Amino acid sequence: MNTSPIIIIGSGMAAYTLAREFRKLDADTALTIITADAGDAYSKPMLSTAYTQGKSAAQLVTMSADKMREQLKATILTHTRVIAINVAAKQVQLASETLDYSKLVLALGADTVKPKLEGDATDAIYSVNDLEDYARFRTAAEGKKRVTIFGGGLIGCEFANDLVNAGYSVDIAHPHHYPLERLMPEVPGMAIKNGLAQLGVRWHLGFASAVNHGTDGLVVTLNDGTTINADVVLSAIGLRPRIQMAQAAGINVQRGIVTDRQLRTNAPDVYALGDCAEVAGHVLPYVLPLMAQARALAATLSGTATEVAYPAMPVVVKTPACPTAVATANPLDGATWQVNCTEDGVCALYQDAEGKLLGFALTGKETAQRQTLAKQLPPILN
Amino acid sequence: MKTWQCVVCGFIYNEAAGLPEEGIAAGTAWTDIPEDWACPDCGVAKADFDMIEV
Repeated sequence: MNTSPIIIIGSGMAAYTLAREFRKLDADTALTIITADAGDAYSKPMLSTAYTQGKSAAQLVTMSADKMREQLKATILTHTRVIAINVAAKQVQLASETLDYSKLVLALGADTVKPKLEGDATDAIYSVNDLEDYARFRTAAEGKKRVTIFGGGLIGCEFANDLVNAGYSVDIAHPHHYPLERLMPEVPGMAIKNGLAQLGVRWHLGFASAVNHGTDGLVVTLNDGTTINADVVLSAIGLRPRIQMAQAAGINVQRGIVTDRQLRTNAPDVYALGDCAEVAGHVLPYVLPLMAQARALAATLSGTATEVAYPAMPVVVKTPACPTAVATANPLDGATWQVNCTEDGVCALYQDAEGKLLGFALTGKETAQRQTLAKQLPPILN
Repeated sequence: MKTWQCVVCGFIYNEAAGLPEEGIAAGTAWTDIPEDWACPDCGVAKADFDMIEV
C-alpha cells in the first residue's frame, strides 16, 4: 500500500481551494502543501480593493498558515522551494530533503510579465501578484503621492481606481486607445477609461521605454518621448503561467502546463490547476475557472474521476468609477457586437448571425443584467 | 440582522440593506437567498462558497 501523501505545490487560491474541497470528500488521506511563501490564506481579488476597504496587507490574511494546517489537517511546509520534480520516481526534491508523493498537484500560479526598460531605476518597479508583493508595494507607496501604472488591463484599472480612492495621483500608460481591449469592444472600454479619467486618472497612449531617477522622484519615459514624474511605479502588463519546473521535469507545456479535462498532465499522477494550468486549451486566470477546477480535481483525487465543466464565466472588473462585467467570446466569423448606450451605462452584446448571444460587456447599471445574460451564453467547456 | 462576507473576494452582504439592484430586498436573511445566487464581486455561486459572519 502506498502511504505517500498527496503533495500540492503552492498555497494560493487554487491550492487552498483544492485542499478545502478535497477535505470535504476525504478527511484522512495525508496531504502535504509546499509553498515558497508564508502560507497564509488570503483572498487574491481583494489585493486590488484593499486601500478602499482600509485594509493593510497583513489585515488581508483570512487564515494563518497554522490555522490552515489545523483546518486542512495538512502538513504545510512554508518558505520552502521545490527544486525539481522526478516524475519517474514520484518524488519532489527540496533543498534539504526528497519527498515521495502518491499524487502531485501543481498549483504554481503565474509570474508577472516584466517590461523591457532602459534607465537607472528599473529596479524600482513593483508588480503585484501575491500578498507578499502587495506588502512590498504598500510599503513603497507609504507617504508617497504619485503612482504610475504600466498597463490598462484588469489589474491596472482596478489598482488605478483603488489608489485614487486612497488619495494617490495616478497615471496609466497603456498602448491601446482604450483599456481592456482584449476583453471588450471600444464603447464599454471607453466608458471605463472615462470613468477613471473623471476620478483624475491621467491616461497616456504608449508604453514605458525607460525609468530613471530624477531630481523629483522617478521619471518614466514613454516610447513617444513623453515623460511622467512618479514616486512609485507599478507594472501590470500581464501574467505568464509558471511552467519552467514542469517543463524541466518533462511535463508537457504550451502557454501553461497542459492538462486534460481531469486536470491530468501527461505525467502519471501529476495534475495542475489555477493560473499555471492550460486546461483543455484554455488558460483562464480568474476566480471562477479556478473554483470549477478545484471541485473537479478534489473529486478526482478522492477517487471519482471527474472532468471540469466551465459554464459561461463573467468577469467583474472592480472599478467603482465604472462598474463593469464582461464575458468574453473568441471572435467568430459572422458574429458582431451590438452596442447600446443609455445614461445608465453600456450594454454591448456579442451575437452570431442568428442573434445568439456569445458574450457581453456591461457597464454602470447595465451590469445588473449579467446573471440573466450569463444564463443565455453557451458554456466554455460543456 | 447579520452581516456576511464572501471568503473568496471579501464582498460584504448586509442583511438589513439587502441588494435591491440584484433583486434582493432589504431585510433578506442570507439563508433565504437562493442557492443559484452568485456573489456580485467574484461571481462564485452561493452554493460554492462559504459566507462567514462578520
